[in-house]
Amino acid sequence: MTVAPFPTTRRSIVLALGSTDAAERERAFDTLVACYWKPLYKFARVAWSKSREDAEDLTQSFFTRAFEKESLASYDPAKASFRTFLRLLFERHVTNEWKAGQRLKRGGGDVHLDFDSAEAEIGREAGGVNPEEYFHREWVRSMFALAVERLRTRCEAVPFAVFEAYDLDDDRGVSYRELAVRFGIAETQVTNYLHATRRKFREVVLEMLREVTASEEEFRSESRALLGGSR
Amino acid sequence: MFITDEAIARLRDVAEQPDLTGTRYDLVRELGRGGMGIVYEVRDRELERSVAMKVVDDEWRAEARVIAALEHPGIVPVHDTGDLPDGRFYYTMKLVRGARLDAWLREGHPLTERLRLFARICEPLAFAHSQNVVHRDLKPENVMVGEFGAVLVMDWGVSNIAGTPGYMPPERERDARSDVYALGALLRFLMNDEGSRPLRAIAARAMSDDPSKRYAHAGEIADDVLRALDGEPVAAYRENVFEAAMRFLSRHRALAAMLLAYLVMRALILLLKEI
Repeated sequence: MTVAPFPTTRRSIVLALGSTDAAERERAFDTLVACYWKPLYKFARVAWSKSREDAEDLTQSFFTRAFEKESLASYDPAKASFRTFLRLLFERHVTNEWKAGQRLKRGGGDVHLDFDSAEAEIGREAGGVNPEEYFHREWVRSMFALAVERLRTRCEAVPFAVFEAYDLDDDRGVSYRELAVRFGIAETQVTNYLHATRRKFREVVLEMLREVTASEEEFRSESRALLGGSR
Repeated sequence: MFITDEAIARLRDVAEQPDLTGTRYDLVRELGRGGMGIVYEVRDRELERSVAMKVVDDEWRAEARVIAALEHPGIVPVHDTGDLPDGRFYYTMKLVRGARLDAWLREGHPLTERLRLFARICEPLAFAHSQNVVHRDLKPENVMVGEFGAVLVMDWGVSNIAGTPGYMPPERERDARSDVYALGALLRFLMNDEGSRPLRAIAARAMSDDPSKRYAHAGEIADDVLRALDGEPVAAYRENVFEAAMRFLSRHRALAAMLLAYLVMRALILLLKEI
């Protein structure tokens, strides 16, 4: 099982996880892993203070077991958001593993995850939040990172580069004029590209949220959680 | 790819910003966020004036029309409605300048002025209740006191808004009596521990856990507060004889003074006769 960046599924993966079609179930599972592995790994490392090796094993074994046992199909949208359900399931998994007192041997069916990148990110994060907030914040970071990657595949190179330079880079000194000179375009074109790419970014974020939520109500509440505002 | 906390905050902002291409408005700044949507200050290029624009999800369209139909001096008038390219819906309103009720309270106004203001807050709510419209999220942050003393009740929720702790009634089903509960909390907020027993009783009745024990609508609580201001008995409080006498005396000070002067004179005359 390998993980694609964030496959477009066009329907709720939460519902597809309970599908009778094995191929559909696997696609949904890949999307789920792409979206959640990093927040869960970091959650184990930071909130549960697990060693890198333990956190890697816990994350791998969580997804492997979830896929084999189909425990994700027990999700009830009336009780909590899928995000909360997954975190609680993971917490239970961590507790059970700790009780069992043994580290799982990685099997051949493991998902392949880039733990080095997650470790590098942990070193750059601000602390001082409680475990629940931390998981939420890292979920937002993961969703936005995936959305930016999806956006990159849907944009022309220059509009995306303008968006990247103006909205993603932390060097806030850059002006429209400088970007116009850098990319050899008119200043008005810089603002046009920014508007259009931001709109696309919003579309991509909402599209991804549709895929990882089960109901209209959950979609709306998760949109608020992700975008922090009116939605 | 690692997205920093600063970039996350920026992305949230830009993802929410309305794309006003094709409209007659230019974005100026965000003014605030309410239960339904985000309010921005925008510049109307055609009329060369600033207006407030509320951007909401398409599902709120019908509710926005209900609000637009509420014409009352205490409710911000809607100028225009339209659709954004991303599927959201907007409506523009008069840009209200003034102070939010919590800021206004900090200016240190006397109790009588605060109570008269409270009665004016009740007016648009009483009107809305007569039109079967419920606010659902009444709180100090949603009341503006304009530059010339006008009171405007904003951010009409209409649909299923959870409410704000402290102003939110215990029941799930919301009607006019739910707004009455919030008005009771608002009255307490405005009295700031200075209210008399009858005034406190009005707030307590408005905030009864059982909705049937509250005032039926905003007009009733306003009437009771005005009665308390005028020194009349209020519906929410049964006073004893002493309190009734004191209220009578404080209401009819001139008459009481004349009566007292007459009694003193009579006593003096009697005293002089004895001598």
